[in-house]
Amino acid sequence: MIRFIDVHKEYDNGTKALKGVNVRIDDGEFVFLVGPSGSGKSTLIKLITAEIAPTGGRVMVNGFNLNNITPRQVPQMRRTLGVIFQDFRLIEKKTVYENLSFAMRAIGASNRELRRRIPYVLQLVGLEQKGDRFPGQLSGGEQQRVAIARALVNNPNMIIADEPTGNLDPQRSLEIMMLLERINELGTTVLVVTHEKNLVNRFNKRVVTIENGRVISDETGGYYNVEKI
Amino acid sequence: MSRKFNAGYYVSEGFHSIFTHGFMSFAAVCMIVACLIIMGSFTLLAVNLDNTLGDLESENEMLVYIDDALTQDEARMLQPKLAQVDNVAQLTFVTKEQAMADYKAKHNDNIAVLKDLPDEALRDRYRVHVYDIERMAETQAALEQVPDVAWVRAAIEIADGFVMVRNIATAVALVLIGILLVISLFIIANTIKLATFYRREEIAIMKMCGATDGFIEWPFVVEGMLLGLTGALIAFFAQWGLYQMVAKFAVQGNGLSLVNMISYSSMATTILAIFCGVGVFIGVVGSLFAIRKFLQV
Repeated sequence: MIRFIDVHKEYDNGTKALKGVNVRIDDGEFVFLVGPSGSGKSTLIKLITAEIAPTGGRVMVNGFNLNNITPRQVPQMRRTLGVIFQDFRLIEKKTVYENLSFAMRAIGASNRELRRRIPYVLQLVGLEQKGDRFPGQLSGGEQQRVAIARALVNNPNMIIADEPTGNLDPQRSLEIMMLLERINELGTTVLVVTHEKNLVNRFNKRVVTIENGRVISDETGGYYNVEKI
Repeated sequence: MSRKFNAGYYVSEGFHSIFTHGFMSFAAVCMIVACLIIMGSFTLLAVNLDNTLGDLESENEMLVYIDDALTQDEARMLQPKLAQVDNVAQLTFVTKEQAMADYKAKHNDNIAVLKDLPDEALRDRYRVHVYDIERMAETQAALEQVPDVAWVRAAIEIADGFVMVRNIATAVALVLIGILLVISLFIIANTIKLATFYRREEIAIMKMCGATDGFIEWPFVVEGMLLGLTGALIAFFAQWGLYQMVAKFAVQGNGLSLVNMISYSSMATTILAIFCGVGVFIGVVGSLFAIRKFLQV
């Protein structure tokens, strides 16, 4: 669960990225976070992943109070999240299997756990035959599936996808979004940051719209209302 | 999931990184070798100088002249009292006859010299060697306080000269070793920093997956340790060759009997241990310095 209570974030250069944001995302939800460039979406994601700290208000993520989280607790908190990026961020010199095992080893998983979990996750994202391929040998859609598999491999409570379809064609984008929806149906909370109006409107999920550091709409079963922003 | 200290993984990652960034690893090892050899050379110079000075110091004795009024037996009885004086290492009683014989032998039966022979030459005396020549003046004063001691002759200026030379040599060696250590740390830190820079994306991914700083640091620490150890081993053998060459030159070249070089093999274990210790220290501390910046994610 994520809770933002009157959250403010002002950077050292004086930029006020968030101005009193209130958002609550419960376990098991699928939420789109939309808004134009510079609206504060990235700041919101960075606050969730504890890359930055708020300058005002309270942020709670999966039971961790990020206002007074200790450096030692940050890795524990991040293990409850799986993050997917627009540019995939796969390690080019590692195979698909190694990219996943790398993520599992990062939290101290044993070889036995790797052997058990990775094939299951690869099957879930439809890449069970491509474990020995390098990222450069895969299409963009497949690379994003690997990134999703890596986000899932440590069995997080929540997936945060930051523009996951930004580098994909419409068909691959739809496939990725359907995969995320399926993951959500399996019980994982999903937060998708996107600009893709058609995709957002097609899935009929909760949509939180942010503009100029403020949440201007939060509608369940909502849509990307371009006129609003 | 089970959480454990995965030493095998850290070592394998450390090894892998060394070969992935082969040129930088080679450069780092070369710099460690160079720094250790320069450090080692100065240290060995200081050790040999210390040893030579030690030999010369041990020959620097004091003479304690006994009051003429005492018989030879009474003079011998003074030995326990003199031995109790702090810093006295060794006492040798010399009778006035023996002293005269030594004197004549030394001056080759020169009649003119014997005519002007000073009175004290005929006194019974003790040759005294001390533990610490820095405290020679203090020991001289203490010996003069012992009843029935007429006076004490000590070459304080020579002793002070030895002490000054030794102290300067030690200070110069220490300063140079310190400077070279800092330079080595800087170089290895930059090498590891470069390796870390290449892998910043991996580090960011690991951090985002919930890896602890320790988990990320260990492979770099192992890498630094291995680079340091490799450099130390190469430096040890190179230093050996260099030392043998210098020792041969020192003996053959000027035939100075004063210079008594210690054999490398007698110090080999200590040198190897020090080189490995310094190499590993440079590698590990350098790695930790280098990686700190990249952990701020």
